Amino acid sequence: MNFACHQISKTFTSRKGKINALRGIDFSVINQDFVCIVGPSGCGKTTLLKIIAGLIQPTSGEVTFTDSVEKGKLRSAMVFQDLGLFPWMSVLDNVALGLEIQGVGRRERQARASVFLARVGLASFIHSFPHELSGGMRQRVAILRAFLSDPQVLLMDEPFGSLDTQTRLVMQEELLRVWKDYHKTVIYVTHDIDEAILLGDRILVMSGRPGSIRADIPVEFGRPRQLADRDRPDLVSLHWQIWKIIEDEVRKEVGIVQ
Amino acid sequence: MTLNRKLFWLIPAAVLLVWEIASRTGIIPALFFPPPSIILAAFVNLIISGRLAVHLGITLLRLGVGFVLGAIPGIAIGLAMGWSSDLYAFLDPFVSALHPIPKIAVFPLIMIIFGLGDWSKIVIIAITVFFPVLINSIVGVHQLNPVYFEVTKNYGASRWLTFKRLVFPGSLPMILAGIRIALNMALMITVMVELLNANQGLGVLLWFDWETLHVPELYAVLVVIALVGLVINTYIPKWLSRLAAWYEFHPEELITT
Repeated sequence: MNFACHQISKTFTSRKGKINALRGIDFSVINQDFVCIVGPSGCGKTTLLKIIAGLIQPTSGEVTFTDSVEKGKLRSAMVFQDLGLFPWMSVLDNVALGLEIQGVGRRERQARASVFLARVGLASFIHSFPHELSGGMRQRVAILRAFLSDPQVLLMDEPFGSLDTQTRLVMQEELLRVWKDYHKTVIYVTHDIDEAILLGDRILVMSGRPGSIRADIPVEFGRPRQLADRDRPDLVSLHWQIWKIIEDEVRKEVGIVQ
Repeated sequence: MTLNRKLFWLIPAAVLLVWEIASRTGIIPALFFPPPSIILAAFVNLIISGRLAVHLGITLLRLGVGFVLGAIPGIAIGLAMGWSSDLYAFLDPFVSALHPIPKIAVFPLIMIIFGLGDWSKIVIIAITVFFPVLINSIVGVHQLNPVYFEVTKNYGASRWLTFKRLVFPGSLPMILAGIRIALNMALMITVMVELLNANQGLGVLLWFDWETLHVPELYAVLVVIALVGLVINTYIPKWLSRLAAWYEFHPEELITT
Protein backbone atom coordinates (compact mmCIF):
# COMPACT_ATOMS: atom_id res chain seq x y z
CA MET A 1 0.00 0.00 0.00
CA ASN A 2 1.11 3.56 -0.66
CA PHE A 3 -1.21 5.83 1.26
CA ALA A 4 -4.72 5.96 2.67
CA CYS A 5 -7.33 8.61 3.33
CA HIS A 6 -9.26 8.02 6.54
CA GLN A 7 -12.71 9.61 6.82
CA ILE A 8 -11.58 12.94 5.43
CA SER A 9 -14.01 15.85 5.70
CA LYS A 10 -13.43 19.46 4.89
CA THR A 11 -15.57 22.47 5.71
CA PHE A 12 -14.68 25.93 4.45
CA THR A 13 -15.89 28.91 6.38
CA SER A 14 -16.55 32.01 4.34
CA ARG A 15 -18.53 35.19 4.89
CA LYS A 16 -21.58 33.57 3.35
CA GLY A 17 -21.42 30.72 5.81
CA LYS A 18 -20.04 27.22 5.90
CA ILE A 19 -19.44 25.14 2.82
CA ASN A 20 -19.12 21.41 3.21
CA ALA A 21 -16.60 20.55 0.52
CA LEU A 22 -15.84 16.94 1.39
CA ARG A 23 -17.50 14.35 3.60
CA GLY A 24 -16.21 10.99 4.76
CA ILE A 25 -13.64 10.34 2.05
CA ASP A 26 -12.13 6.95 2.73
CA PHE A 27 -9.92 4.97 0.38
CA SER A 28 -6.47 3.49 0.12
CA VAL A 29 -4.11 3.31 -2.82
CA ILE A 30 -1.60 0.61 -3.64
CA ASN A 31 1.85 1.31 -5.01
CA GLN A 32 2.16 2.21 -8.67
CA ASP A 33 -1.57 2.37 -9.13
CA PHE A 34 -3.00 4.93 -11.52
CA VAL A 35 -6.15 6.16 -9.78
CA CYS A 36 -8.51 8.54 -11.54
CA ILE A 37 -11.00 10.64 -9.61
CA VAL A 38 -14.05 11.63 -11.64
CA GLY A 39 -16.84 13.89 -10.51
CA PRO A 40 -18.96 16.87 -11.41
CA SER A 41 -17.39 20.31 -11.22
CA GLY A 42 -17.32 21.79 -7.75
CA CYS A 43 -17.34 18.43 -6.00
CA GLY A 44 -14.12 19.08 -4.11
CA LYS A 45 -11.72 17.07 -6.27
CA THR A 46 -9.04 19.75 -6.13
CA THR A 47 -9.54 20.16 -2.38
CA LEU A 48 -9.04 16.43 -1.92
CA LEU A 49 -5.79 16.51 -3.92
CA LYS A 50 -4.49 19.45 -1.92
CA ILE A 51 -5.28 17.63 1.31
CA ILE A 52 -3.32 14.59 0.09
CA ALA A 53 -0.48 16.93 -0.91
CA GLY A 54 -0.51 18.43 2.59
CA LEU A 55 -1.23 21.91 1.22
CA ILE A 56 -4.45 22.23 3.20
CA GLN A 57 -5.53 20.55 6.40
CA PRO A 58 -8.72 18.49 6.53
CA THR A 59 -11.36 19.51 9.06
CA SER A 60 -11.42 15.93 10.26
CA GLY A 61 -9.79 12.66 9.23
CA GLU A 62 -6.22 12.11 8.11
CA VAL A 63 -3.96 10.94 5.31
CA THR A 64 -1.44 8.27 6.24
CA PHE A 65 1.50 7.14 4.15
CA THR A 66 2.80 3.61 4.53
CA ASP A 67 6.44 4.17 3.75
CA SER A 68 8.52 6.81 5.41
CA VAL A 69 10.18 9.23 3.03
CA GLU A 70 13.92 9.22 2.67
CA LYS A 71 15.60 12.45 3.57
CA GLY A 72 15.49 14.89 0.68
CA LYS A 73 12.77 12.90 -1.08
CA LEU A 74 9.24 14.05 -1.66
CA ARG A 75 6.02 12.54 -0.38
CA SER A 76 4.05 13.98 -3.26
CA ALA A 77 4.37 16.37 -6.15
CA MET A 78 1.37 18.09 -7.63
CA VAL A 79 0.68 19.17 -11.19
CA PHE A 80 -1.63 22.14 -10.69
CA GLN A 81 -4.62 22.94 -12.82
CA ASP A 82 -3.13 26.30 -13.75
CA LEU A 83 0.34 24.73 -13.89
CA GLY A 84 2.21 27.28 -11.80
CA LEU A 85 5.17 27.52 -14.14
CA PHE A 86 7.27 30.53 -13.17
CA PRO A 87 7.19 32.97 -16.10
CA TRP A 88 10.53 34.51 -15.07
CA MET A 89 12.39 31.21 -15.28
CA SER A 90 13.54 29.28 -18.33
CA VAL A 91 11.94 25.94 -19.16
CA LEU A 92 15.07 24.21 -17.92
CA ASP A 93 15.00 25.99 -14.55
CA ASN A 94 11.27 25.39 -14.22
CA VAL A 95 11.66 21.66 -14.75
CA ALA A 96 14.64 21.57 -12.37
CA LEU A 97 12.85 23.57 -9.65
CA GLY A 98 11.78 20.52 -7.66
CA LEU A 99 15.34 19.20 -7.65
CA GLU A 100 16.70 22.61 -6.70
CA ILE A 101 14.41 22.72 -3.69
CA GLN A 102 15.55 19.22 -2.76
CA GLY A 103 19.10 20.54 -2.71
CA VAL A 104 20.47 18.99 -5.92
CA GLY A 105 23.41 21.03 -7.27
CA ARG A 106 23.03 23.26 -10.28
CA ARG A 107 24.99 21.14 -12.75
CA GLU A 108 23.38 17.89 -11.82
CA ARG A 109 19.81 19.15 -11.76
CA GLN A 110 20.22 20.90 -15.11
CA ALA A 111 21.74 17.78 -16.63
CA ARG A 112 18.89 15.62 -15.37
CA ALA A 113 16.25 18.11 -16.50
CA SER A 114 17.85 18.31 -19.95
CA VAL A 115 17.70 14.56 -20.36
CA PHE A 116 14.02 14.56 -19.40
CA LEU A 117 13.19 17.43 -21.74
CA ALA A 118 15.05 15.80 -24.61
CA ARG A 119 13.14 12.57 -24.10
CA VAL A 120 9.83 14.31 -24.75
CA GLY A 121 11.14 16.31 -27.69
CA LEU A 122 11.58 19.64 -25.93
CA ALA A 123 15.37 19.74 -26.22
CA SER A 124 15.36 22.88 -28.36
CA PHE A 125 13.15 24.74 -25.89
CA ILE A 126 15.22 24.43 -22.74
CA HIS A 127 16.24 28.09 -22.78
CA SER A 128 12.80 29.38 -23.76
CA PHE A 129 10.42 30.97 -21.31
CA PRO A 130 7.01 29.39 -20.59
CA HIS A 131 5.13 32.07 -22.52
CA GLU A 132 7.04 31.12 -25.64
CA LEU A 133 5.62 27.60 -25.59
CA SER A 134 2.30 26.26 -26.81
CA GLY A 135 -0.32 25.14 -24.29
CA GLY A 136 0.54 21.47 -24.79
CA MET A 137 4.25 22.11 -24.33
CA ARG A 138 3.66 23.99 -21.09
CA GLN A 139 1.59 21.10 -19.84
CA ARG A 140 4.45 18.72 -20.51
CA VAL A 141 6.90 21.03 -18.75
CA ALA A 142 4.68 21.12 -15.67
CA ILE A 143 4.32 17.34 -15.67
CA LEU A 144 8.06 16.81 -16.18
CA ARG A 145 8.79 19.08 -13.21
CA ALA A 146 6.67 16.85 -11.01
CA PHE A 147 8.07 13.58 -12.45
CA LEU A 148 11.67 14.73 -12.14
CA SER A 149 11.32 15.46 -8.43
CA ASP A 150 10.64 11.72 -8.05
CA PRO A 151 7.84 11.80 -5.47
CA GLN A 152 6.15 8.79 -3.89
CA VAL A 153 2.84 9.98 -5.26
CA LEU A 154 2.13 12.13 -8.29
CA LEU A 155 -0.99 14.26 -7.91
CA MET A 156 -2.48 15.66 -11.11
CA ASP A 157 -5.32 18.15 -11.12
CA GLU A 158 -6.99 18.14 -14.55
CA PRO A 159 -3.67 18.81 -16.21
CA PHE A 160 -5.17 18.73 -19.69
CA GLY A 161 -8.35 20.58 -18.79
CA SER A 162 -7.44 23.73 -20.68
CA LEU A 163 -6.32 22.00 -23.88
CA ASP A 164 -8.38 21.56 -27.01
CA THR A 165 -9.75 18.06 -27.63
CA GLN A 166 -7.18 17.00 -30.24
CA THR A 167 -4.19 18.16 -28.24
CA ARG A 168 -5.61 16.52 -25.18
CA LEU A 169 -5.83 13.11 -26.87
CA VAL A 170 -2.19 13.31 -27.94
CA MET A 171 -1.17 14.41 -24.46
CA GLN A 172 -2.99 11.50 -22.83
CA GLU A 173 -0.97 9.04 -24.90
CA GLU A 174 2.18 10.97 -24.13
CA LEU A 175 1.44 10.82 -20.40
CA LEU A 176 0.97 7.05 -20.58
CA ARG A 177 4.29 6.74 -22.41
CA VAL A 178 6.16 8.75 -19.75
CA TRP A 179 4.36 6.99 -16.92
CA LYS A 180 5.32 3.56 -18.32
CA ASP A 181 9.02 4.40 -17.93
CA TYR A 182 8.71 5.98 -14.49
CA HIS A 183 6.15 3.79 -12.84
CA LYS A 184 4.68 5.84 -10.04
CA THR A 185 1.54 6.06 -8.02
CA VAL A 186 -0.68 8.63 -9.69
CA ILE A 187 -3.84 10.30 -8.47
CA TYR A 188 -5.40 11.95 -11.47
CA VAL A 189 -8.38 14.27 -11.16
CA THR A 190 -10.55 14.83 -14.21
CA HIS A 191 -14.14 15.42 -15.19
CA ASP A 192 -13.63 13.60 -18.46
CA ILE A 193 -14.90 10.00 -18.13
CA ASP A 194 -13.15 8.78 -21.28
CA GLU A 195 -9.88 10.21 -20.05
CA ALA A 196 -10.30 8.42 -16.73
CA ILE A 197 -10.98 5.10 -18.45
CA LEU A 198 -8.04 5.45 -20.83
CA LEU A 199 -5.56 6.34 -18.09
CA GLY A 200 -6.72 4.71 -14.88
CA ASP A 201 -6.32 1.33 -13.24
CA ARG A 202 -9.16 2.35 -11.03
CA ILE A 203 -11.76 5.08 -11.03
CA LEU A 204 -13.19 6.76 -7.95
CA VAL A 205 -16.48 8.42 -8.80
CA MET A 206 -17.34 11.38 -6.59
CA SER A 207 -20.72 12.90 -5.80
CA GLY A 208 -21.51 16.58 -5.93
CA ARG A 209 -20.96 18.84 -2.90
CA PRO A 210 -20.28 17.77 -0.26
CA GLY A 211 -17.98 15.45 -2.19
CA SER A 212 -17.99 11.84 -1.18
CA ILE A 213 -17.00 8.69 -3.01
CA ARG A 214 -19.99 7.17 -4.79
CA ALA A 215 -18.27 4.28 -6.50
CA ASP A 216 -14.88 2.60 -6.77
CA ILE A 217 -14.57 0.99 -10.18
CA PRO A 218 -11.59 -1.04 -11.40
CA VAL A 219 -10.69 -0.63 -15.07
CA GLU A 220 -9.88 -4.17 -16.02
CA PHE A 221 -8.28 -3.92 -19.34
CA GLY A 222 -4.61 -4.27 -19.99
CA ARG A 223 -1.81 -2.00 -20.99
CA PRO A 224 -0.38 -0.58 -23.13
CA ARG A 225 -3.55 1.27 -24.01
CA GLN A 226 -4.21 3.32 -27.08
CA LEU A 227 -6.74 5.88 -28.13
CA ALA A 228 -8.34 3.33 -30.44
CA ASP A 229 -9.30 1.28 -27.39
CA ARG A 230 -11.96 3.83 -26.62
CA ASP A 231 -14.34 2.15 -29.02
CA ARG A 232 -14.21 -1.28 -27.35
CA PRO A 233 -17.75 -2.24 -26.36
CA ASP A 234 -16.81 -3.09 -22.75
CA LEU A 235 -15.27 0.35 -22.31
CA VAL A 236 -18.24 2.07 -23.87
CA SER A 237 -20.51 0.32 -21.39
CA LEU A 238 -18.13 1.29 -18.58
CA HIS A 239 -18.46 4.88 -19.72
CA TRP A 240 -22.24 4.71 -19.43
CA GLN A 241 -22.02 2.99 -16.09
CA ILE A 242 -20.00 5.90 -14.69
CA TRP A 243 -22.16 8.49 -16.43
CA LYS A 244 -25.27 7.04 -14.79
CA ILE A 245 -23.70 7.56 -11.37
CA ILE A 246 -22.94 11.23 -11.85
CA GLU A 247 -25.71 12.20 -14.28
CA ASP A 248 -28.14 13.44 -11.63
CA GLU A 249 -25.44 15.46 -9.92
CA VAL A 250 -24.45 17.15 -13.16
CA ARG A 251 -28.07 17.99 -13.95
CA LYS A 252 -28.53 19.41 -10.48
CA GLU A 253 -25.35 21.45 -10.87
CA VAL A 254 -26.60 23.18 -14.03
CA GLY A 255 -30.15 23.46 -12.70
CA ILE A 256 -31.86 20.96 -14.98
CA VAL A 257 -34.11 18.75 -12.86
CA GLN A 258 -36.25 16.05 -14.45
CA MET B 1 6.44 55.74 -40.13
CA THR B 2 10.09 56.81 -40.39
CA LEU B 3 9.00 59.88 -42.33
CA ASN B 4 6.48 60.78 -39.65
CA ARG B 5 9.02 60.36 -36.90
CA LYS B 6 11.38 62.71 -38.68
CA LEU B 7 8.57 65.20 -38.98
CA PHE B 8 8.08 65.13 -35.21
CA TRP B 9 11.37 66.98 -34.85
CA LEU B 10 10.12 69.72 -37.13
CA ILE B 11 7.46 70.83 -34.67
CA PRO B 12 9.70 71.75 -31.70
CA ALA B 13 12.25 73.14 -34.17
CA ALA B 14 9.55 75.37 -35.65
CA VAL B 15 8.43 76.49 -32.18
CA LEU B 16 12.01 77.45 -31.30
CA LEU B 17 12.40 79.32 -34.56
CA VAL B 18 9.17 81.30 -34.03
CA TRP B 19 10.21 81.99 -30.44
CA GLU B 20 13.62 83.23 -31.61
CA ILE B 21 12.12 85.61 -34.16
CA ALA B 22 9.34 86.80 -31.84
CA SER B 23 11.81 87.48 -29.05
CA ARG B 24 14.32 89.31 -31.24
CA THR B 25 11.67 91.47 -32.91
CA GLY B 26 10.13 92.38 -29.56
CA ILE B 27 6.76 90.69 -30.17
CA ILE B 28 7.28 88.90 -26.87
CA PRO B 29 9.33 90.51 -24.06
CA ALA B 30 12.93 89.32 -24.40
CA LEU B 31 13.51 89.76 -20.67
CA PHE B 32 11.08 86.97 -19.75
CA PHE B 33 11.46 84.94 -22.94
CA PRO B 34 15.04 85.39 -24.14
CA PRO B 35 15.78 84.01 -27.61
CA PRO B 36 16.66 80.29 -27.59
CA SER B 37 20.05 81.09 -29.10
CA ILE B 38 20.89 83.18 -26.03
CA ILE B 39 19.68 80.37 -23.75
CA LEU B 40 21.88 77.95 -25.68
CA ALA B 41 24.83 80.29 -25.21
CA ALA B 42 24.11 80.44 -21.46
CA PHE B 43 23.90 76.63 -21.44
CA VAL B 44 27.25 76.28 -23.23
CA ASN B 45 28.79 78.83 -20.90
CA LEU B 46 27.47 76.85 -17.92
CA ILE B 47 29.30 73.80 -19.22
CA ILE B 48 32.53 75.53 -20.23
CA SER B 49 32.85 77.45 -16.97
CA GLY B 50 32.68 74.13 -15.11
CA ARG B 51 29.79 75.32 -12.95
CA LEU B 52 27.39 72.79 -14.39
CA ALA B 53 29.66 69.86 -13.51
CA VAL B 54 29.96 71.02 -9.89
CA HIS B 55 26.28 71.75 -9.28
CA LEU B 56 24.85 68.89 -11.35
CA GLY B 57 27.36 66.56 -9.72
CA ILE B 58 26.32 67.44 -6.18
CA THR B 59 22.62 67.22 -7.09
CA LEU B 60 23.05 63.78 -8.65
CA LEU B 61 25.15 62.63 -5.70
CA ARG B 62 22.44 63.61 -3.19
CA LEU B 63 19.79 62.10 -5.40
CA GLY B 64 21.74 58.87 -5.83
CA VAL B 65 22.64 58.38 -2.17
CA GLY B 66 19.15 59.35 -1.01
CA PHE B 67 17.60 57.04 -3.57
CA VAL B 68 19.66 54.03 -2.51
CA LEU B 69 19.04 54.70 1.19
CA GLY B 70 15.29 54.93 0.55
CA ALA B 71 14.86 52.22 -2.05
CA ILE B 72 16.66 49.38 -0.28
CA PRO B 73 14.55 49.49 2.92
CA GLY B 74 11.49 50.21 0.75
CA ILE B 75 12.01 47.01 -1.24
CA ALA B 76 12.93 44.93 1.82
CA ILE B 77 10.05 46.04 4.04
CA GLY B 78 7.62 46.08 1.10
CA LEU B 79 8.38 42.49 0.11
CA ALA B 80 8.15 41.39 3.74
CA MET B 81 4.79 43.15 4.13
CA GLY B 82 3.53 41.64 0.88
CA TRP B 83 4.62 38.19 1.92
CA SER B 84 3.46 38.18 5.53
CA SER B 85 -0.15 39.12 6.12
CA ASP B 86 0.56 39.59 9.84
CA LEU B 87 3.28 42.12 9.15
CA TYR B 88 1.01 43.81 6.63
CA ALA B 89 -1.83 44.11 9.12
CA PHE B 90 0.56 45.57 11.69
CA LEU B 91 2.42 48.07 9.50
CA ASP B 92 -0.19 49.14 6.95
CA PRO B 93 -1.91 51.70 9.25
CA PHE B 94 1.44 53.42 9.79
CA VAL B 95 2.17 53.45 6.07
CA SER B 96 -1.29 54.83 5.33
CA ALA B 97 -0.86 57.57 7.92
CA LEU B 98 2.69 58.61 7.00
CA HIS B 99 2.54 58.30 3.22
CA PRO B 100 0.26 61.29 2.50
CA ILE B 101 2.30 63.76 4.59
CA PRO B 102 3.99 66.17 2.13
CA LYS B 103 7.64 65.29 2.54
CA ILE B 104 8.72 68.90 2.14
CA ALA B 105 6.68 69.70 5.26
CA VAL B 106 8.97 67.45 7.29
CA PHE B 107 12.10 69.15 6.01
CA PRO B 108 12.40 71.76 8.80
CA LEU B 109 12.24 69.00 11.38
CA ILE B 110 14.78 66.94 9.44
CA MET B 111 17.12 69.95 9.32
CA ILE B 112 16.88 70.32 13.08
CA ILE B 113 17.74 66.66 13.55
CA PHE B 114 20.35 66.18 10.79
CA GLY B 115 21.74 69.69 10.48
CA LEU B 116 22.03 72.02 7.52
CA GLY B 117 24.50 69.88 5.59
CA ASP B 118 23.97 67.18 2.99
CA TRP B 119 22.54 64.59 5.34
CA SER B 120 19.26 66.39 5.97
CA LYS B 121 18.75 66.60 2.19
CA ILE B 122 19.68 62.97 1.68
CA VAL B 123 17.29 61.88 4.43
CA ILE B 124 14.36 63.79 2.95
CA ILE B 125 15.11 62.30 -0.49
CA ALA B 126 15.30 58.82 1.04
CA ILE B 127 11.93 59.29 2.77
CA THR B 128 10.42 60.47 -0.52
CA VAL B 129 11.76 57.42 -2.38
CA PHE B 130 10.82 54.98 0.36
CA PHE B 131 7.03 55.13 0.01
CA PRO B 132 6.43 54.54 -3.71
CA VAL B 133 9.02 51.76 -3.71
CA LEU B 134 7.47 50.23 -0.57
CA ILE B 135 3.94 50.30 -1.95
CA ASN B 136 4.91 48.87 -5.32
CA SER B 137 6.86 46.10 -3.62
CA ILE B 138 3.83 45.17 -1.52
CA VAL B 139 1.62 45.10 -4.61
CA GLY B 140 4.31 43.14 -6.45
CA VAL B 141 3.95 40.25 -4.01
CA HIS B 142 0.17 40.55 -3.68
CA GLN B 143 -0.42 40.23 -7.42
CA LEU B 144 1.47 36.93 -7.62
CA ASN B 145 -0.78 33.98 -8.45
CA PRO B 146 -1.31 32.00 -5.20
CA VAL B 147 -0.59 28.79 -7.11
CA TYR B 148 3.10 29.80 -7.23
CA PHE B 149 3.24 29.65 -3.44
CA GLU B 150 1.51 26.28 -3.51
CA VAL B 151 4.19 25.05 -5.90
CA THR B 152 7.07 26.07 -3.63
CA LYS B 153 5.23 24.76 -0.58
CA ASN B 154 4.50 21.48 -2.35
CA TYR B 155 8.20 20.95 -3.05
CA GLY B 156 9.07 21.95 0.50
CA ALA B 157 11.04 25.09 -0.38
CA SER B 158 12.82 26.98 2.37
CA ARG B 159 11.97 30.62 2.98
CA TRP B 160 15.19 31.72 1.36
CA LEU B 161 14.56 29.68 -1.81
CA THR B 162 10.95 30.87 -1.95
CA PHE B 163 12.27 34.41 -1.76
CA LYS B 164 15.00 33.88 -4.33
CA ARG B 165 12.97 31.97 -6.87
CA LEU B 166 9.46 33.36 -6.36
CA VAL B 167 8.92 36.45 -4.22
CA PHE B 168 11.75 38.61 -5.56
CA PRO B 169 11.76 37.78 -9.28
CA GLY B 170 7.96 37.71 -9.40
CA SER B 171 7.66 41.16 -7.82
CA LEU B 172 10.52 42.68 -9.80
CA PRO B 173 8.42 44.26 -12.58
CA MET B 174 6.32 46.12 -10.01
CA ILE B 175 9.41 47.09 -8.01
CA LEU B 176 10.96 48.54 -11.16
CA ALA B 177 7.79 50.54 -11.87
CA GLY B 178 8.00 51.87 -8.30
CA ILE B 179 11.64 52.82 -8.81
CA ARG B 180 10.75 54.83 -11.87
CA ILE B 181 8.07 56.79 -9.98
CA ALA B 182 10.45 57.24 -7.06
CA LEU B 183 13.27 58.59 -9.23
CA ASN B 184 10.99 61.33 -10.57
CA MET B 185 9.81 62.26 -7.12
CA ALA B 186 13.40 62.21 -5.88
CA LEU B 187 14.54 64.63 -8.58
CA MET B 188 11.71 67.01 -7.71
CA ILE B 189 12.38 66.94 -3.98
CA THR B 190 16.15 67.30 -4.50
CA VAL B 191 15.75 70.53 -6.47
CA MET B 192 13.15 71.73 -3.97
CA VAL B 193 15.34 71.31 -0.90
CA GLU B 194 18.28 72.85 -2.74
CA LEU B 195 16.12 75.91 -3.41
CA LEU B 196 15.35 76.09 0.29
CA ASN B 197 18.78 75.56 1.76
CA ALA B 198 22.06 74.60 0.12
CA ASN B 199 25.37 75.96 -1.05
CA GLN B 200 25.63 73.90 -4.20
CA GLY B 201 23.30 72.07 -6.54
CA LEU B 202 20.93 72.80 -9.44
CA GLY B 203 18.43 74.34 -7.05
CA VAL B 204 21.08 76.75 -5.82
CA LEU B 205 21.89 77.71 -9.41
CA LEU B 206 18.21 78.40 -10.02
CA TRP B 207 17.96 80.56 -6.93
CA PHE B 208 21.13 82.47 -7.75
CA ASP B 209 19.91 83.16 -11.29
CA TRP B 210 16.59 84.38 -9.93
CA GLU B 211 18.23 86.72 -7.43
CA THR B 212 20.56 88.15 -10.10
CA LEU B 213 17.86 88.07 -12.77
CA HIS B 214 19.99 85.95 -15.12
CA VAL B 215 16.95 84.80 -17.07
CA PRO B 216 18.77 82.92 -19.89
CA GLU B 217 20.74 80.98 -17.24
CA LEU B 218 17.47 80.24 -15.45
CA TYR B 219 16.19 78.63 -18.62
CA ALA B 220 19.46 76.79 -19.12
CA VAL B 221 19.22 75.18 -15.65
CA LEU B 222 15.61 74.16 -16.32
CA VAL B 223 16.84 72.49 -19.52
CA VAL B 224 19.43 70.59 -17.47
CA ILE B 225 16.74 69.39 -15.03
CA ALA B 226 14.57 68.34 -17.96
CA LEU B 227 17.50 66.39 -19.44
CA VAL B 228 18.06 64.59 -16.13
CA GLY B 229 14.33 63.75 -16.17
CA LEU B 230 14.69 62.41 -19.69
CA VAL B 231 17.47 60.06 -18.59
CA ILE B 232 15.43 58.97 -15.54
CA ASN B 233 12.34 58.25 -17.60
CA THR B 234 13.70 56.72 -20.77
CA TYR B 235 17.17 55.30 -20.34
CA ILE B 236 17.12 54.04 -16.76
CA PRO B 237 13.77 52.18 -17.17
CA LYS B 238 15.01 50.68 -20.45
CA TRP B 239 18.15 49.50 -18.74
CA LEU B 240 16.31 48.22 -15.66
CA SER B 241 13.62 46.41 -17.63
CA ARG B 242 16.28 44.02 -18.93
CA LEU B 243 16.29 42.60 -15.42
CA ALA B 244 12.70 41.48 -15.95
CA ALA B 245 12.70 40.87 -19.69
CA TRP B 246 10.09 38.12 -19.39
CA TYR B 247 7.55 40.69 -18.24
CA GLU B 248 7.93 43.01 -21.24
CA PHE B 249 5.68 41.14 -23.58
CA HIS B 250 3.60 39.02 -21.27
CA PRO B 251 2.57 40.82 -18.10
CA GLU B 252 -0.59 38.69 -18.08
CA GLU B 253 1.60 35.65 -17.37
CA LEU B 254 1.61 36.55 -13.73
CA ILE B 255 -2.08 36.10 -13.39
CA THR B 256 -3.07 33.39 -15.85
CA THR B 257 -0.34 30.77 -16.18
